[in-house]
Amino acid sequence: MNFSVLLIKEKILMTNENSAYSKSGNAVSRILKASELDTRMLAMVGILAAVWLGLNFATDGIFLTARNLYNLSVQSSVVGIMATGMVLVIVARHIDLSVGSIVGFTGMMIAWLQVDIFPITASWNWPFTIVIGLLLGVVIGALQGYWIAYKAIPAFVVTLGGLLIYRGAAFLVTDGRTVAPMNTDYQLLGGGINGSIGATWSLLLGIIAIISVAILMYRSHKNRVNHGFVAKPMGIQIGLFIISAALILGFVWIMNSYNKPRSDIARGIPIPVLILIVTVIVMSMLTRLTRFGRYVFAIGGNPEAAELSGIDVKKVTMMIFALMGLLCGIAAVITTARLNAGVNSMGLLTELSVIAAAVIGGTSLNGGSGSITGAILGALIMQSLENGMVLLGAGSAERQVIIGLVLIGAVWFDTFYKAQQK
Amino acid sequence: MSVTPLIEMKNIHKRFGGVHAVENVSISLYPGEVVGVLGHNGAGKSCLMKMLAGALPVDSGEIIVNGQSVTIENPRVSRDLGIETIYQSLALADNLNAPANLFLGRELLTSMGTLDDPRMEVATRKVMHKLNPNFSNITDPVRSMSGGQRQVVAIGRAIYFDAKTLIMDEPTAALGPSETAMVSDLIKQLKSEGIGIFLISHDMHDVFELCDRVMVMKNGRDVGSFKVEEVTPDDILSLIIIGKLPEGWQPRNLQSDPQ
Repeated sequence: MNFSVLLIKEKILMTNENSAYSKSGNAVSRILKASELDTRMLAMVGILAAVWLGLNFATDGIFLTARNLYNLSVQSSVVGIMATGMVLVIVARHIDLSVGSIVGFTGMMIAWLQVDIFPITASWNWPFTIVIGLLLGVVIGALQGYWIAYKAIPAFVVTLGGLLIYRGAAFLVTDGRTVAPMNTDYQLLGGGINGSIGATWSLLLGIIAIISVAILMYRSHKNRVNHGFVAKPMGIQIGLFIISAALILGFVWIMNSYNKPRSDIARGIPIPVLILIVTVIVMSMLTRLTRFGRYVFAIGGNPEAAELSGIDVKKVTMMIFALMGLLCGIAAVITTARLNAGVNSMGLLTELSVIAAAVIGGTSLNGGSGSITGAILGALIMQSLENGMVLLGAGSAERQVIIGLVLIGAVWFDTFYKAQQK
Repeated sequence: MSVTPLIEMKNIHKRFGGVHAVENVSISLYPGEVVGVLGHNGAGKSCLMKMLAGALPVDSGEIIVNGQSVTIENPRVSRDLGIETIYQSLALADNLNAPANLFLGRELLTSMGTLDDPRMEVATRKVMHKLNPNFSNITDPVRSMSGGQRQVVAIGRAIYFDAKTLIMDEPTAALGPSETAMVSDLIKQLKSEGIGIFLISHDMHDVFELCDRVMVMKNGRDVGSFKVEEVTPDDILSLIIIGKLPEGWQPRNLQSDPQ
């Protein structure tokens, strides 16, 4: 998976320390420092690994089967996609409680239009309803952003209102009636039986990903040398490359090891997971390479300074919420496709999972710091626990208790970690 | 003077509710001149400068930049007019590093329209090196820097973009002696390059060393504008504290009796 690449590239807060390849500390800490890997992120990977191994042990090896990992990746994609937007919202010192309800409402609108209004078999139907769904998400997000940015109403209040409004609106679309079935092509987006890209394409994508990593690493190396900065030691660069390539190939191999029912045809990477990967890449680039991304962090760090630096804080704030709305629209598409229906309870309580994923992934509720990669790891950790507990036969009540405790524990860990840093 | 002033602020008023924060103040600034704006906390000096910087709207009065009457609605307009401001609070985003802060709002971009971080870092190193040769950790978040280093980042940000006018709000308040000397030298150098500077300061030594003219404010009003050679530190303190000059005051430079 491409996460590994982003993990390596990601530098929260752009702390790109190249002055100190210090001789102090032991060999491990020197290598860590020179590789510029974020230790917090590594700790999260360690926690994820521990959770996986623990659950695998507890479930007698069921957890780490290709089948379960395939399901886990599909289950994580909806929360993961939304969490990438929630990171920016929280970094900019806001919150969005309405995301679950927006998924419900836009999902109902998509389903209703696709099934009840437009001819279900028409080839233009599903792409057209997707476009409408995404636009609706953007408009809803922008509208909430407008109240927050230009009318100075706290995001907590606006989006708490949104949580009620759009949950109610989701019901009103069809008076609570479930709309089904969806267009057959559209269903593929949900990652069902045929909703994956097959072994050949998966392998091909994996190879393209590995080549991209190589090119990116080489270009970043050349860039550094050209500007006279200290380059990372060659051994470490090669090591990082091998780890990334192994993770990508490992992911493809697992996805290709799970066959369609009663056949030996490999499934390959599920489409919703592809959507997640693309979202993560785009959102990471947006955060690290664009003015918009930098302004979001600047606003989170010091809103007054951002304003005095000539940043149009209001516009950026509105854009953050519009982007969050767009991501909700994407999540609504995947959800309706996966359920093969529009149900008005779609996205219920999802806002909590999304916020928890961002927070577990290291996004500070004080604003100013957070990362897309972290949020994805957070979403994976949460979903792994959820998935593992289902395998262990835990009911939803027990799961809620555990996830709640994990959330508190994660924030405690974050506070503890930051205190250690000082 | 025949030269066009860089800045003329005429009959500026600013009210906050019932408080007249700035009342009918006029001030001008010529190229290569340092004008001290003095007064107690709350005298209205920062407020006056914020209106020039675009951080506060003007209630009434006129601002003329290079002979043109302008409306400074926001900080961007002020910057576009060649006015750079170093705020007392420094206005830095603590979570970002020095290059990100230096170029905040004016990032250098690659041909693809993405942030050109390496180029910004190189440029920042140059500016920082000029201001403080010992500045090495520029890629750390500014949160982890000393007060002096943060100040250098804020000053670097103002001078990098070829300002014509500089507003410095207590630039040395957080600095140690060597850094204060560095800022003084910098001000002299900028002045010799023809840049006009409004200097807000409480430090009489700075004022008399650096300023050509001073304006003292009290309760939002201009209680005295002088050339520096006309007044003594005691005169200025008297203006700051009681709002008027000592009894029987005469311009210092015109006093006949030898001192």
